[in-house]
Amino acid sequence: MNRLERSSLYQLTMVRFKLFVREPEAIFWIFIFPVLLALGLGIAFRNRPADVLQVGATTTQLTQALAADKGLTATTLNEADGARALATGRILLLAIQRPNGVAYKFDDTNADARTARLLVDRAIQTAAGQQQAVQADNELVHEKGSRYIDFVVPGLLGMNLMGSAMWGLAFAIVEARQKKLLKRMVASPMPRWQYLMSFLLSRLVMLIVDVAVFLGFARLAFGVPFRGSLPQLGLICLLTSMSFSALGLLVSTRARTTEAASGLMNLVMLPMWILSGIFFSATRFPAVVQPLVRALPLTAAIDAMRGNMLQGMNLGQLMLPMGILLAWFVVPFAVSLRIFRWR
Amino acid sequence: MIDEIRKDAVLPSLRLCGLRKAFADVQAVDGLDLEVARGECFGLLGPNGAGKTTTIEICEGLTSPDEGAVEVLGLNWRASANELRQRIGIQLQETQFPDKLTVEETLRLFRSFFKRGISVDESIETAQLEEKRKSRVGGLSGGQKQRLAMACALVGDPELLFLDEPTTGLDPQARRHVWDLVDRLKQAGRTIILTTHYMEEAERLCDRVAIMDHGKVIALGTPQQLIATVGGEDIVEFAVSSIEAGGDHGAVDTAPLTAISGVQSHRVDAGLHQLSVSELHLAVPRIFAELKAQGLHLSEFRTHSATLEDVFVRLTGRNLRDE
Repeated sequence: MNRLERSSLYQLTMVRFKLFVREPEAIFWIFIFPVLLALGLGIAFRNRPADVLQVGATTTQLTQALAADKGLTATTLNEADGARALATGRILLLAIQRPNGVAYKFDDTNADARTARLLVDRAIQTAAGQQQAVQADNELVHEKGSRYIDFVVPGLLGMNLMGSAMWGLAFAIVEARQKKLLKRMVASPMPRWQYLMSFLLSRLVMLIVDVAVFLGFARLAFGVPFRGSLPQLGLICLLTSMSFSALGLLVSTRARTTEAASGLMNLVMLPMWILSGIFFSATRFPAVVQPLVRALPLTAAIDAMRGNMLQGMNLGQLMLPMGILLAWFVVPFAVSLRIFRWR
Repeated sequence: MIDEIRKDAVLPSLRLCGLRKAFADVQAVDGLDLEVARGECFGLLGPNGAGKTTTIEICEGLTSPDEGAVEVLGLNWRASANELRQRIGIQLQETQFPDKLTVEETLRLFRSFFKRGISVDESIETAQLEEKRKSRVGGLSGGQKQRLAMACALVGDPELLFLDEPTTGLDPQARRHVWDLVDRLKQAGRTIILTTHYMEEAERLCDRVAIMDHGKVIALGTPQQLIATVGGEDIVEFAVSSIEAGGDHGAVDTAPLTAISGVQSHRVDAGLHQLSVSELHLAVPRIFAELKAQGLHLSEFRTHSATLEDVFVRLTGRNLRDE
C-alpha cells in the first residue's frame, strides 16, 4: 500500500464513491432523471410559430379583407352557421355585416378571441382605407435565453443539487447509524471529522460529473445560453451543494431510522419545491411571503444560477443569494457538529 | 525503563471498580468490580439484559459510566481515548458492514484508521476469508460476516480484544469456526474479553468467567471452579408420561428421590425433572428403581456433566436461555 492508500480520509472517500457507484438507483435519480425531465419540458414548451386564428365573416368582402392578415384564416358563413361555429369553438370571432357597419361577436374572456378582435378590426379598417396615424414596424425576437427551457434549466439544476446532496448525505449517515456501522466506526481510531469530510469530498467530485452532464445536455440539446463566467457558475454550484449537504447533515444528526430521515427530508425539501421557483418565477407569490421565499437556500441558488446563466451577472452582483447560501452552509453545519449522534 | 516494562507486565489489562450505569428506569450495571489479567481470555456470561453489553461498551469507551472507575491497559478513557482506540480491537454486537463493499475493501478501510497493525492480507488469512476476499459483504454467510467483524477488530494488532456475543445467531458449524479462531488468538497470547449467553462457549473458550445477572457479578472463577459449586458433578434429566400411570398425571413424589444418596437437589422445569448428582453410577440404578416403585413410565432420560448453565440455574433459579 502506498501512502495515499494508507490515508484514512482517502479510504473513507473511496468507500463513499464505491457505495454510490454500486447503487444503480442513485445513478438514475442523480444523473439520468434531471436530463429526462429537461428533455420532456424542453419538448413540451418548445417555441412554435405563432398560431393562426380562425375567424368567420358573413360576407365575401369581409372575408377578403380578413384574408389580408396572415394571422387570420377567415371563412364565409351565414349568421346562424357562424353562431354555431362560435359556440363549438371552431372560430373565435364572427364579423357580421350590419347596415350601419360591422358587429363582432366573440367571448371577451378568451384571450385568443380578444386578439382576434384586434386583428379583425385592424384588417377591416385598413381595407376600408384607414391609414396608420403613426408609422409602426415589427421587429421579431426569437432569442435563446428568453425561452421557457432557458428559464427552467437553472431551476432543475438547483433542484437536482438539492436532492442529490441531501439524499446522499442524510440517507447514508442514517443508514450507517441504523446498521450500527456508525457506532463501529467511532469505536475505531477513525478521526470523526474525516468521516463527515469524506461525504463532502465525494460529493464534490460527483458534483463535477453531475453538473457537467446536465448542463452539457442542456447546451447541446436546447442551446441553453451561458452568459456568465463558467468558473463562477461552478462556484455557485459548489456552494449550493455544500449548503444542501450541511442541511442533509442536520437532518441526519438525530434520526435513528431511514424512514424517519426520509420524512424529515421531504419536510425540508417540499416547501422549496413549491416556493423556490424551479418551474415558474418565485416572484408570483404574494409580497407578504417574499422575504421567506427569498431566504430559502434553493431560491437563492436558483436566483444565482439564473443570474449567471441568463443575465450574465458576475458574483459581485450576486452577493445577496451567495450570502444566503453561505449562511445556509455555516449555520446547519455548525449546529450539526454540536448535536450529531454518533451511535 | 526495565522497571516500566515490568510494571506494565503485571498491570491488569482491565480494571473495573464500582461500576454503575442506569438507562432511564433500568439499572443496567449495578456495582461491578472486575480485573482481567494480561493474556487472559475472560468471559462475561449471562442472559440477555444482564448488563454484559453495557459493561463491555463502557470498557470500549462507547458508553460512559454513571459511577465507578475504568482502567484499560493502565489508561483511562477521559485522558487517553485516542491512544486506547489505537491499542484495542472491538467487535460489536450486530454491526452491519456495507453490503456493497468487498471483504478486502472493508478491511482496507479499517486498517487505514490504525497507525500500526497487521496487513490486510494477514487479517484475511487469520479470519480464513481468503476465498471471499473479493466477495461483497452482502453475499457472505452469517459466520463469514462475523469473522469479517473479527478481522476488522484485529487489523490494528490490538493488545486487548473485545468480542461482544461473537457467535450469537450462528449455526453450530459457523460457531465452531469462530471458536477455532478465538482459540488461535488465545494461543497467540492476546488478551480477550468476550460476552456470551452460551455456556458451552464460555466453558470452551474462557480461562475465567464472571456470571452476570441484573447488572451484578453473581459468580466469578474458572469454569471448573464454578461448576464445582453446583455440588454434584453430573445432572440427571428425566420426564415421565402420564398414560401408563392410569390417569395419575405422572406426579412424581420427589422426597424419596432426594433421599437417595448422591442426589444433591431436585428441580422441575416445564415437565423436565433435573437432579444434581454425584457418583452417577451408583445413583442412577436407585433413581430407576424409585421411579418404577412409584409406577411411573419414563418418556425421557439422560445425564450430562454439570455445566455453567447448571451453575446459573442454581444461582438464579432460571435458565440462561429463558430471556
